[in-house]
Amino acid sequence: MEAKVANDWRLRGQRYRLEGERCGHCGAAIFPPRDICPECGKPAKTPAPLSGRGEVYTFSTVYNAPEGFEPYTPYTVALVKLEEGPVVTAQLTDVAPKDVQIGMPVEMVTRRLRTHGEEGTIVYGYKFRPRVGA
Amino acid sequence: MTEARLMKPQRAVGIIGYGAYVPMYRLPGAEIARVWTGGGRGPVREKAVAGLDEDTITIAIEAARNAIARAEILPEALRAIWVGSESHPYAVKPSATLVAEALGATPYLLAGDFEFACKAGTEALQAAMGLVGSGMGDYALAIGADTAQGRPGDELEYTAASGGSAFIIGPAERAVAVCMGSLSYVTDTPDFWRRAYQHYPSHGGRFTGEPAYFHHIESAGRALMEELALTAQDFTYAIFHQPNVKFPGRVAERLGFTEAQIETGLLSGVIGNTYAGASLTGLSAVLDIAKPGDRILLVSFGSGAGSDAFAWELTERITACQDKAPHTADYIKRRVEIDYALYTRYRGKLRD
Amino acid sequence: MRDVAIIGIGQTPVDEHWTTGIRHLMLEAGLSALQDAAIETVDAVYVGNMLSGEIAGQSQLGALAVDFMGLGNTEAFKVEAACASGAAALRVGTMAVASGMANLVLALGVEKMTDTGGRETTAALAAAADAEYEAGQGISFVALNALLMQRYMYEYGWKHEDFANFAVTAHANGVNNPNAMFQSRISAEAYARAPMIATPVGLLDASPVCDGAAAVVLAPAEYARALSPAPVKIRASAVGMAPLAVHSRKDPLALEAARTSAHKAYQLANVKPEDLDFFELHDAFTIMAALSLEASGFAERGKGVQLALDGEITLQGRVPIATMGGLKARGHPVGATGIYQVVEAVLQLRGLAGANQLPNARLGMTQNIGGSGATIITHILEGMG
Repeated sequence: MEAKVANDWRLRGQRYRLEGERCGHCGAAIFPPRDICPECGKPAKTPAPLSGRGEVYTFSTVYNAPEGFEPYTPYTVALVKLEEGPVVTAQLTDVAPKDVQIGMPVEMVTRRLRTHGEEGTIVYGYKFRPRVGA
Repeated sequence: MTEARLMKPQRAVGIIGYGAYVPMYRLPGAEIARVWTGGGRGPVREKAVAGLDEDTITIAIEAARNAIARAEILPEALRAIWVGSESHPYAVKPSATLVAEALGATPYLLAGDFEFACKAGTEALQAAMGLVGSGMGDYALAIGADTAQGRPGDELEYTAASGGSAFIIGPAERAVAVCMGSLSYVTDTPDFWRRAYQHYPSHGGRFTGEPAYFHHIESAGRALMEELALTAQDFTYAIFHQPNVKFPGRVAERLGFTEAQIETGLLSGVIGNTYAGASLTGLSAVLDIAKPGDRILLVSFGSGAGSDAFAWELTERITACQDKAPHTADYIKRRVEIDYALYTRYRGKLRD
Repeated sequence: MRDVAIIGIGQTPVDEHWTTGIRHLMLEAGLSALQDAAIETVDAVYVGNMLSGEIAGQSQLGALAVDFMGLGNTEAFKVEAACASGAAALRVGTMAVASGMANLVLALGVEKMTDTGGRETTAALAAAADAEYEAGQGISFVALNALLMQRYMYEYGWKHEDFANFAVTAHANGVNNPNAMFQSRISAEAYARAPMIATPVGLLDASPVCDGAAAVVLAPAEYARALSPAPVKIRASAVGMAPLAVHSRKDPLALEAARTSAHKAYQLANVKPEDLDFFELHDAFTIMAALSLEASGFAERGKGVQLALDGEITLQGRVPIATMGGLKARGHPVGATGIYQVVEAVLQLRGLAGANQLPNARLGMTQNIGGSGATIITHILEGMG
């Protein structure tokens, strides 16, 4: 697959730092950005950071990866329910598949998602891992 | 010429936030020895190895997030982000812009990468002090991070490790550690290098010792203490660049420091040599437990070659800031041992 | 609006068609349906397909179909809704005939998946998900289903082995379908031993990558008897939608789009689930079969698996599913699947399902699921014979 430089670039706020939106009408946290609040249906275009803290809602360890992700198998993907409410699809990292459990507290980190071959760009984005420290 | 040696900005500055990051995978020296010499041990017990999805940029981001959490400033307040490393993921394209974007610090800031082997991070720290000290900005972020690689079978492979630390420099009034003064000592000494397009560095063997590591660290450390009219006894802690465990111990002794003064900041035995992150992660480990009034001497070394020396004095603010982010020890104890086979996969050493 | 009936069906075997490309698959299924309807031309051709652009580098499948089928300047275009493309093409055709804008329509489904390697095909299939926020994170299409299965097992306490009968039953039914990719039985032991693709989805939870094409000819129901000895009336055609990404759904295990489309269909046809003689559901993964049974009103939440454990989904059971092998054994050439389901339902309703014929089958339902459940299309069919 060709490196989609502009596509990746457009998503840098979301991917690098999990930037969502906050609805000015009902206060809902929104991720990914939709510009229309999924809770109250009103316009919601104010960018807002999310804490990156959440817990595993469900997970799966992938043995057959799509093109571009094969170098990383086996890796675990999950739905992570963020403290603020939204659910995010993301990889888990720094954890062995056998140690993953539903309900496990996790935090967001920025990691390499993939590269576009040897010469193309390196794509970075959010993943989640078991919380470190306090 | 002595009057010009000390580097101290007109406006007093200090560290207002700091943070470390060390990947969780560990490769024991004995495992490398098993593969390459049929047994024995290495110069460090084990080294930290970056996972498949980690590199200098991801290490820098996490260390910097910890520094921001401790500094309690908005990322937009940073006027510079400088990343020192010899393993920037791109040959052309800054690591610092990506780090800045991940932190939410863009767009009104300086962002660039430093390269000076293992002292690229402290070089960035000096520059940050200059920027804030001159009043060009109130806050600047300096990072030293690496995912260093040693040629398979080479003695460097035992120690070349991954990790890094980040420091936010700000006005002394807000500092957890005020800079008493700094100094740099640089010559052209080819003890270690990597040519363009080469995967692995080359080095001068024993030439990396006396004329390189020891000469530069001793010269910089001694000169700074002379300039500040301090002796080894005036410091609570000392941290030296740590390519192994032996060298920093020996240079500490020559400069008059005891083992007790260096052990807190000497991490190479358990994480290896994190290159641009090495002495700075030692500093993070010390700041994690140090107390107001403690003084710290930090002397880095970068091949090629040079040393940056810094004297810090801790303020009352240090205590409240320590627990606002994970400690260096939290990362070090997050340990997953891997074997040489997994290591070759994680570090991209399997090639067609 | 006019009632619409199916007056002809055609299909290629589902297989790895190494010697046949996408145009000849369409040609074979399309002409066979025209022949079955005993007509030579139609007013429009709608082609359900998902992956021709990604895999064959071929867009404008409608133009390609009529060109190679010798249908000249007949109106034709592609309809895409991921794995629900086939049913979507049927629905577009149904709307055309019902509205009176066309009298005879060929609804065709085709997919050619084996021309790329496994990882490319895996990446192409992942395009059914949210490209930026699901697939972009390295999630495969299998893994999306695995996320649902893991959560389902956690919430309702089922074990992996409890899903075995979905696969075992499908394979047992595939044995008697000459067009099925797998015409062989599997055991519960083999199911349990199968390697994991994305935990907890094993190889035998998943439908295979394969090629195939199927087609039906639609006509106004009022003329159907004149045109066909055994027409089948489309009693309902209904679409349900849910947010594209699983993470955006309030209750991912509810399979909300299936519930919406099935209940709309029941209302349109004025029938209840228990009136149906069989249900050709979308068992791309065992978990999808369970969720679809629940959402469509055949089982309570969390009890879909119980129907399989109790043998209720077999040809002799209360809710026969996958009567000709389903997606698991007949195969799942994604964009063609929705039409295969309908072709098989027509065979049951015509009494031509061979060894798998259900006695007195009169009313059947098909349900085609796009992606992880964002677009779900249900049809209720009734034999007019």
